[in-house]
Amino acid sequence: MNKLLAEEIYYNMVLGRTFELAAKEHYMAGDISGFLHLDIGQEGFSVAAMKAFEKGDVFTTYREHVMAIARGMDPRAVMAELFGKAGGISRGRGGSMHLFDPSHFFYGGDAIVGGQIPNAVGCAYARKFQGSEDGVMVIFGDGASNGGAFFESLNIASAQKLPLLFVCENNGYAIGTKITRVAPFEKQAKKAEPYMMTKEVDGMDAVAVYEAVREAQELIQAGHGPVFLEAMTCRYEGHSMSDPGTYRSKEEMGICKSKDAIERMESYLKTMYGLTDTQLQGVQRRAQATVDDAAAFAAAAAEPELSELFEDVFCKERVNASF
Amino acid sequence: MLYREALNRAIDETMAADGTVVVLGEDVGLYGGSYRVTEGLVAKYGEERLIDTPIAELSIVGNAVGMAMAGLRPVAEIMTANFSLLAFDQIINHMAKYRYMSAGKIALPMVVRFPQGVSRQLAAQHSESYEQMLSAVPGLIVLAAGDVNYAYHALKYAIMSDDPVVFIEHELLYNKKGEVDFDADIDPFKARIVKEGSDITIVSYLKMVDDVMEAVPQVEKELGKTCEVVDLCSLNPVDYKTLEASLKKTGRIVVVEEDHKTGGYGAQITSWAAEEMFYSLDAPPIRIAGEDVPIPYNRTLELAAIPTPEKIAKRIAEWGKTNGL
Repeated sequence: MNKLLAEEIYYNMVLGRTFELAAKEHYMAGDISGFLHLDIGQEGFSVAAMKAFEKGDVFTTYREHVMAIARGMDPRAVMAELFGKAGGISRGRGGSMHLFDPSHFFYGGDAIVGGQIPNAVGCAYARKFQGSEDGVMVIFGDGASNGGAFFESLNIASAQKLPLLFVCENNGYAIGTKITRVAPFEKQAKKAEPYMMTKEVDGMDAVAVYEAVREAQELIQAGHGPVFLEAMTCRYEGHSMSDPGTYRSKEEMGICKSKDAIERMESYLKTMYGLTDTQLQGVQRRAQATVDDAAAFAAAAAEPELSELFEDVFCKERVNASF
Repeated sequence: MLYREALNRAIDETMAADGTVVVLGEDVGLYGGSYRVTEGLVAKYGEERLIDTPIAELSIVGNAVGMAMAGLRPVAEIMTANFSLLAFDQIINHMAKYRYMSAGKIALPMVVRFPQGVSRQLAAQHSESYEQMLSAVPGLIVLAAGDVNYAYHALKYAIMSDDPVVFIEHELLYNKKGEVDFDADIDPFKARIVKEGSDITIVSYLKMVDDVMEAVPQVEKELGKTCEVVDLCSLNPVDYKTLEASLKKTGRIVVVEEDHKTGGYGAQITSWAAEEMFYSLDAPPIRIAGEDVPIPYNRTLELAAIPTPEKIAKRIAEWGKTNGL
């Protein structure tokens, strides 16, 4: 990975963690409400996957703040959405779990576990139909890989040879249930093996994730059909802010945090490109300033007008059928 | 022209006019559709645009949502309403919600065609109606085609509309004959006055419109009064203006629906009449609906479970007599 890209990924990872820590703080302070799912620990995966799949469409889950920002969405608009303000990316109507930005080919933000997978299949069909080669990436958790939507999608994507990259972000837990208690194996890629090429990557290694996603997209662009990638990750926080995470031992969390993706990226930058601690601290200060600015923007942003309650239920101008 | 031919023509014309229209569902392509609605289209537009799917309803609607997000105009066919229950997550959580949750950034120009109702001895898992659930979901347009001309125009509208539409068809109407006025300018959201009258407004939709029309001569003969028959056509949004005008004229309203009475769609119409039109009413609004039982296989029991022209006529005549007609 070249220096510029490595620095870009590192900045976005630090920005992501700083953003999530600020979100946590503002949740505790009551500025953010509802469900808030933090990506702390998984930023390496989130950022590298977005940067690697720069061209093409992305569908993902409700744990998507870091991905949305890495994809190019303004941190101000993301934070304001968490605050429920009119300046939010979804004008305060979606909240933390529903960030959408078709101008960045980012389709949410789905809070139904596995529900976005069939949508990504449809999108991949459309892209193939339209002659676009870049394909679609759908990200979901290990928990979603036990549902019907997942299995139906493997079947259809494979039968139709769709340009679709399935990415299972396996953090080992479906909310509070250890995956091996509800699935017969720890690695979920096994479920996809009869249908398509599968690969595994260390999700705590951003460089490896970047390379694995690039490689997978190149296969898809070459007309290979669907590919399945499983990234093993570790979530440091509870499933959401309402989960104290008592089901994981201190030992387990210790092992988990020893693989920290940000620290790993720092040593990569130091070893490969000779970056100094001072330079890394500069990146951290830049990230902190961006998040402080986003939080200040969100705090000062206006509430949505009450009239917005009724907006966008349907389209404004209905198409006249007579032609 | 038959109802199914009118639907076929609507799909055919929109597919010819707009290359982004695609059809997907079980047996819609090579087989031609289980009710022959898509017959002949695969020869014209190819398998890429007439997509035969596996028997996986969640994916049929879920994939259509993704296609619409990517700029196509998918027309998804559910083989029969009961199977749609497997797709209700996609219909309610995705199809109906994305525009609102994304503050209008995502449009879903898609249609789910939805054959439903009591056909002939198909038993409880192939005979239901779900307009009551669908109409309770903000973000979905729910149209119900009870007439051949309406079916043609409304389906064309639905396919070209940028809103997600559930297009309900009744399984016993596919071979119904009717005239289509191809040049007519039909507003799909406007209720249809099937027959004018001055003393009772009978509101219905889908196949029950035909049953009501069969019952009306008997009612008019017994009561010596005239009935106005309204086909609602659009179940959400509802054309209350047409209903209001009719009710102001007649002062009496009967709603006829095939579905089970408890929690049924018709309750929305009678509750509207009670809330909004109370001082125009000369009689209590009533509903004639199906029994609260799963639909049985046996033909006699099946007919006992739903309104028939005879039952409709009897009930309206009795109600009329006890309410000053």
